[in-house]
Amino acid sequence: MKTSRIKIVENILNANDQIAEENSRMLKKHHIYSINFMAAPGAGKTSLILKTIQALSNDLRIAVIEGDTAPVTIDADKVQAQGIPAIQINTGGGCHLDAPMIRSGLAQLSLKELDLVIIENVGNLICPASFKLGTNINVVIASVPEGDDKPYKYPNIYRGIDALILNKIDLKPYIEFNESYFIKGIEILNPGVRFFEVSCKTGEGLNAWTDWLKEKIIHFKNE
Amino acid sequence: MHELSITESILNTAIKYAQKEKAQKVTDINLVIGDLSSIVDDSVQFYWELISKGTICENSCLHFQRIPAIVLCQDCGNRYALEHDLIPCPQCSGMNIKILSGDDFKMDSIEIQ
Repeated sequence: MKTSRIKIVENILNANDQIAEENSRMLKKHHIYSINFMAAPGAGKTSLILKTIQALSNDLRIAVIEGDTAPVTIDADKVQAQGIPAIQINTGGGCHLDAPMIRSGLAQLSLKELDLVIIENVGNLICPASFKLGTNINVVIASVPEGDDKPYKYPNIYRGIDALILNKIDLKPYIEFNESYFIKGIEILNPGVRFFEVSCKTGEGLNAWTDWLKEKIIHFKNE
Repeated sequence: MHELSITESILNTAIKYAQKEKAQKVTDINLVIGDLSSIVDDSVQFYWELISKGTICENSCLHFQRIPAIVLCQDCGNRYALEHDLIPCPQCSGMNIKILSGDDFKMDSIEIQ
């Protein structure tokens, strides 16, 4: 039988990217700003989300989409305890959230009553980097105990992000963390990326992050 | 798990184009994968055999064309390939580098009957 070659040249994740575009349009239509938080397990994603909610919830109506690999609602419960709607997406062992999951998460929220959607991705420094969700910004939370070599070991996650937050800076006196080596890695991968140093425990540095975010949201709302 | 969703995307894309051409069978799939895209060929191959069963892609062969990660040293202009880790410029030890290629993650073509 005759074989013929069909030229395609299509991005393999095109289907995901197209749904990410739809998510982005849907959010924009409702004037909702959105953030995708990515980090390793234990970097402090939920803690930072709770601090961000505390700083912004007087002025903005917020909802959270929680990605978890197991059907445990620990993170979603913490968010709901603050009076914030939280949708739990159980990836069933999957290592990342993808755009269709966010689409179904958004379908469960009253979009007309929201200004900000915060997405907590699955704790992982590899897979979430490949899957666009359609958010306004992508943010990575690193933490001092993870070590200073992570940009060199997991380069993809740091590329194309809009902000990098280094959490747990209160632990610096106790842990060997060569900050200039860490920052150098980030600079190679993502020159000029916004960089915040915070401690969710002591509150240090959080205002700089939330002020920056507020400004971004105001700018978006006025567009 | 990452590779499973990737492999599903490969299958869906191949079937979409094969149906458009009214193909009876897909024999070969040519993929272009950059070294920075953190995809393990063996793992994709493993899932491929499982999920392509019963589709027009069953028994088709996956071909991986690997694209090296190339970086440019912005201090001395040297271009070099990253073998494993992110390394400074081997010529001038500069860290002011820019990644030029290696992110590719495309289906280049399929062969059909």
